[in-house]
Amino acid sequence: MTDLLVLRVVVKLLIPFILLFGLYVQMHGDYGPGGGFQAGVIFGSGFILYGMVFGLETMERVAPMRLIGVMIGLGVLIYAGTGYVTMALGGLFLEYGLLDHHDPSHGQHYGIFSVEAGVGITVASVMILIFHTFASRKG
Amino acid sequence: MVVALTIVWLRNMFAVVMLSGIYSFLMASIFVVLDAVDVAFTEAAVGAGISTVLGLTALSLTTEREKTPRHRPFLPLFVVAVTGAVLLYVTPDMPSFGDASAPVHHHVAPRYIEDSIPATTVPNVVTAVLASYRGYDTLGETTVIFTAGIGVVLLLGRRRKKQQEGEK
Amino acid sequence: MSLLGHYNYWIVVVLMMVGFYVVIDRGNLLKKLIGLNMFQTAVFLLYISMGKIEGGTAPIIWEGGGPYSNPLPHVLILTAIVVGVATLALGLGLVVRIREAYGTVEEDEIREQDDP
Repeated sequence: MTDLLVLRVVVKLLIPFILLFGLYVQMHGDYGPGGGFQAGVIFGSGFILYGMVFGLETMERVAPMRLIGVMIGLGVLIYAGTGYVTMALGGLFLEYGLLDHHDPSHGQHYGIFSVEAGVGITVASVMILIFHTFASRKG
Repeated sequence: MVVALTIVWLRNMFAVVMLSGIYSFLMASIFVVLDAVDVAFTEAAVGAGISTVLGLTALSLTTEREKTPRHRPFLPLFVVAVTGAVLLYVTPDMPSFGDASAPVHHHVAPRYIEDSIPATTVPNVVTAVLASYRGYDTLGETTVIFTAGIGVVLLLGRRRKKQQEGEK
Repeated sequence: MSLLGHYNYWIVVVLMMVGFYVVIDRGNLLKKLIGLNMFQTAVFLLYISMGKIEGGTAPIIWEGGGPYSNPLPHVLILTAIVVGVATLALGLGLVVRIREAYGTVEEDEIREQDDP
């Protein structure tokens, strides 16, 4: 943990906004620039900033590495799972149109959303995990 | 480009890592000028943010100063010059910059732009293509990231166990 | 126009060659990785500049918009950047391991230790 008070206060103020911005980019990726990859990186960098300033132990309390490891797999699972759900509905792998009975384009929307969520979860947790493994090796 | 050349000359690795962050950031602004907002976004977040942090943490685990190479730089310079000359020689055959009639713009791209609203109701074509039209690709790329994460953990994450064994 | 119209390729070639030079000439493995990164960014620039249309806007569709720049290269490069940082992290991990095993990240010294 760093002793610089200014740094700690400023970072504490910034982190909620970074995480919020990450979520905004994730949700708003359909309409403006953004999407799962960018959102994941921004979200992950919020945690990385926290870990850099407040120390790895504090970071581990917020985001236990066991959980992060599960999240990595979960993201890929959500992505591939979306594909299998559409297959179970009688379509092809990742054929989103079937996710909504009335309007295929709504189904597309749901499909893209869940796929992007999967990408975002994987990217964010991989970034956090990579940083943690690098930084915890210092000791 | 000036930044890129400075990276080559500097031997202090700390400055090099910081400069490569600046380089990524400049690259991101170039991407904005070239209309690729999504890409610029990613480059700014990834290149200037995460890469610099990773570089610095890796730096703290290795040495900071680069040693002067003992061999002469002429052979590599020659190879680079020849490759560059060949690449420059073929550029006049490429379509010129900003040309709307270039072959890149006539294969599937117009279809993506025209059909993505009726087919997916998503205005951002990049997202539509990324997640819907090229869904398999993106699944593969997510898996690559997944694998890279596992690789880093396998390479670096075993230390605690070894230390315990050493203590025994 | 005919010759000056290709200036984007010249910039790409120069950047690419700078990265290439760093990769093959410098002995420091960390520096090699940064050179590789520069090479990679040059390729990104090549793709993105090919997708640009004169007078085009970003490919986010709105009424009355257009012409739009080609979205396909953007998609390819977007994923390539993120995959690039993942592989960069993997490379850095390897460098750290090499440093721990050999005590150096200079190529020449590693080779000397391997066959004295």
